This record gives sequence, structure tokens and C-alpha cells, in this order.
Amino acid sequence: MADYLFLFRGGMQHEPGHSPAELQADMQKWMSWIGGISKKGQLKGGQPLENGGKVIAGKKRVVTDGPFAEAKDIVGGYLIVTAKDLTEAYEIAKGCPGPDAGGSVEVRGLAPMPG
Amino acid sequence: MAIASAFPKVHMDPESAPRSPELVEHLFRHESGRMLAGLLRILGLQNFDLAEDIVQDALVRALETWRFGRVPENPAAWLMLTARNRAIDVVRRERSARRFAPDIGFQLDSEWTLVPTLDELLLDSEIRDDQLRMMFSCCHPRLAREVQMALILKILCGFGTAEIARAFLTENGAMEKRIARGKDALRETGTLYEIGSDAAIRDRLDAVLATLYLLFNEGYHGGHAELPIREELCSEAMRLLSMLLDHRAAAPPRAVALLALMCFHAARLRARADDAGCLVLLRAQERGLWDRSLIRRGVELLERAAEGDQISEFHLEAAIAAKHSLAARYEETDWRGIVLLYDLLLAVKPTPIVALNRAIAVGQVDGPEVALAALLAIPQGGLAGYPFFAAALGEMYRRAGRPKEAVEQYRSAIAQARSPAEAELFRQQLASCH
Repeated sequence: MADYLFLFRGGMQHEPGHSPAELQADMQKWMSWIGGISKKGQLKGGQPLENGGKVIAGKKRVVTDGPFAEAKDIVGGYLIVTAKDLTEAYEIAKGCPGPDAGGSVEVRGLAPMPG
Repeated sequence: MAIASAFPKVHMDPESAPRSPELVEHLFRHESGRMLAGLLRILGLQNFDLAEDIVQDALVRALETWRFGRVPENPAAWLMLTARNRAIDVVRRERSARRFAPDIGFQLDSEWTLVPTLDELLLDSEIRDDQLRMMFSCCHPRLAREVQMALILKILCGFGTAEIARAFLTENGAMEKRIARGKDALRETGTLYEIGSDAAIRDRLDAVLATLYLLFNEGYHGGHAELPIREELCSEAMRLLSMLLDHRAAAPPRAVALLALMCFHAARLRARADDAGCLVLLRAQERGLWDRSLIRRGVELLERAAEGDQISEFHLEAAIAAKHSLAARYEETDWRGIVLLYDLLLAVKPTPIVALNRAIAVGQVDGPEVALAALLAIPQGGLAGYPFFAAALGEMYRRAGRPKEAVEQYRSAIAQARSPAEAELFRQQLASCH
């Protein structure tokens, strides 16, 4: 078993036309998906991120709003999931409802640190 | 494992891991109704779009943060707090450019009073009153009933325009226009209907009751085959009426009787359609499917409605519905009692529909010939095109041994049917003539 980082981008393309009931149904999909991972004991953690924040870059440590042109590029949260291998991690990520609303999930293996 | 320590907050032991919590049914819909009522009280009716944006923002923010599996202990309070914070930002940003609710405008202008004013106006008890004010405002006599209903569903119940269009079997664009017209009319009135005095409540209460009853009937009798939509319309009418009854001055016995009536009808809703969506007549309904707890609630309410010296149409209709609900079998229905109640109802509400239903009950007591005479005595104008009138004639002719006339009536009922479900019901009855 190894740990994988799921990074969620976008998936919040909710136009004003989306009704409260539709938003709640969407929420329920996320919660069932994550609840399913948790039930199998494969969820190690995760958290949503606040909106906003800045990017610090360059030798002069310039603070900017970041290179994000669009909402779909902004990371909205992450999970850490335990899986047998990358293939299983991908399979789990495919169940994420985010892509239905224009979002994406990036799956990365966490490299063990020495020591 | 090592990475977990790099994210100190993410570590969760299995005990505290999210359990895939279920949100309360309709939480977002009902809370958006509450938030919108409170925000419109503060921002004023002229800032409808602004208030709607704040509500939408709060819901999207909830989705962004709760979707990772942790719902706050009190989700409703979380939403309201989020909307409140957003409203404070919006007022600060917009107060030089916009006017808000005129009676509190100066309190929003000053940093000293802005936050305390919002906090006070967003207390649960205040929001409850705002919802009532909104309900009364939506029932403005200048607005057509279907506009009133659409506004109530949109503002107080949190339905999307497309959902309301579906419930009323209307085109999306037409519903959008209907709601826009209603909002414009609300804006023109400037402020919400004031319910501070009993007299003000009395003045418009009957209009509100009539609209809620119509909303309920839209779910109960409407042409929609989908049970969930019908149930939602009925339960929303009942929820709003219960909210109204919590207000002392808005709860005269006739309003209580209306809720009793809705309970008796709603108890039978699931038995009114078979698995294929076809209407099932009272006679053929599986009584085991009736919701006993709703019937009990109806009986309690009807007893409570008996105080006072006035017998309203709602009392009589509820008493008739109670007699149906309390009969163990169709054959054991107290038809004599029902005819007596219809006689009284006809005196306060002399409509052709009441006369039609009375004639059907008469048919159970005195036989089809007497019922036919009663049916044919109803002035025809009011029932023109109403398929259940022809169907009632058909039934009485059939029972009186006049199949030819029965067939003719059922054919005309089929031709007048307003939905496939109605047409199917009359076809079945037609088949029983042969």
C-alpha cells in the first residue's frame, strides 16, 4: 500500500442557474464518493482550501495573485488516499463527481522521505 | 505515511474519519428561502438580484468546503453566517451606490450600527417574521394566482425556475417571464407587507390561505404524473401553512382547518396513483397505503379548529375528508354524514364542483337515479369541459342500467381529459360498461 495525493481543480462551475436542490444533490455525490473511500479505510485525510491566497516567486520574492487565469485551474482542496498502486488510485479518482462539473483530479504518488 | 506529518491538519484517525453524512432533505432549498427572506428585509426588494447572488454564494461555498466529507454541526447556522458575512461585505462595498431597505438605511450607513443591525435582523425569530411578510407580499391581490404561486416557490421554497416550470408543466421561458413579472411587481410595492398588527394580517390572510390551498391542489390534482413533484408541492404548501399557524394572529380556526384538510388529502397521496402513474379512485385505493400519522394529525387539527363560532368552507371540506379517511373500507363510508356536510358546504360555497361532489355522495345514499337528477340540475356553464362531470354522469348511467348513455359520457370525459393519467382512468371506466 502507498499514499496518493488527489488534487482537485475547478469542478465548481456552478452558474447562477443552478438551483439549491441541484447543488445539494451535487454535494451528496461528493460526500458519498469520499464516504465510500473512508469506509474502506483508504482515506488518510484531506481538506478544502480557502479561496484567495497569493503566490510568492522570483529572487525578489514578488507576491502576486498567481498565474491562474481561470477558476478551473485553482486547487480547491486535496485528499490523501491509500491504495495498492497507482492503477487503484486512478480507479478511485474516476469516481469523483468533479469532472461532471468541469473539474479535474490530479493523482500523484507521495514519495517516501528518507529516514 | 511520512507525508501526513507535513500536513498536520490532515491526519485523521479512522474513528473521526468522515462517515458520508447525509444532509437533511431539502436543506439547501429551505435554507435559501430563509436566507433570501432575511436578506431582502435588509437589502430591500429593489436589490433582489444582489440578495439572490449572496444566497447562491453561500450555497456554493458550502459545497466547496463540505464536500470533503465534513458537514458543520449546525449546517443551517453555517449557511446563515456565511450569507451574513457576505452581506456585510456587500453593504460596505455598495452603500454609496445603492439604497437598501429604507427603514434601516441609516443603520447600514454607519460602521457603528452595520454589524449589530444585521445580526439582529438575521436572528431566527426575525427571519420567521420575514418569511411571513414575504408570503403575504407574494399574495398581493394585483398578482395573478399563478404568479403568486411561482413567486412563493421561487423565493420561500428555494426552487429553481426550471423546477417550477416542470411542476406546472410550463415552458422554461414562460416561467422565467412569469417570475420576472412577479418580482417587478414586488419591487414596485417597495417594502414587504407589514404584519405588525392583527388587522393587517386579517386583511390579507384569506388571500394567503387561498393561494396555499391552490398550491396544494396543484400537487394533489395537477396533471403531473411524477409523484415526487406532486409530493413536494403538497408538502411545501403544508410547511408554509404550518409556519403561518405558528403566528398567533395568523392562526384563526379556518386556517387550522385548512391544514387539517391538507393532512387528510396528503395521507392518501401515495395511494392515488398506481405503479404506472395511473389515477386510482378512492373506491379502489389500497387503504393500507394511507399515511396513518397524517390522518391522526388531521384529526387533532380538526379538533383544534372546532374552537370559535365560525364554520368555514375549510372546516366542512376537512370534515368530509375526515369521514373518508376514517372509514376502514369504502363500503363503510358514512355517506349520509357526507351528504349532510355537502349540504352545509353548498350553502357557504355554492360552486358547481361542490354540487357535483354532493351529487356523487347522494348516489351512494339514494341510488343512481336520484344522483342523475341532482347532476343534471347543476347549471352546466360552470362545469363545461370538466371531465369528472361527464365521468360522474357516466357512472350513474351505468349503475342505472343505461349503458348506452354511460358510454357516451365516458367518451366525452376521455375527450376532455387534461392529462394522460385522467384519460387512462376514464378509458378503464368505459371498459367496465361493456
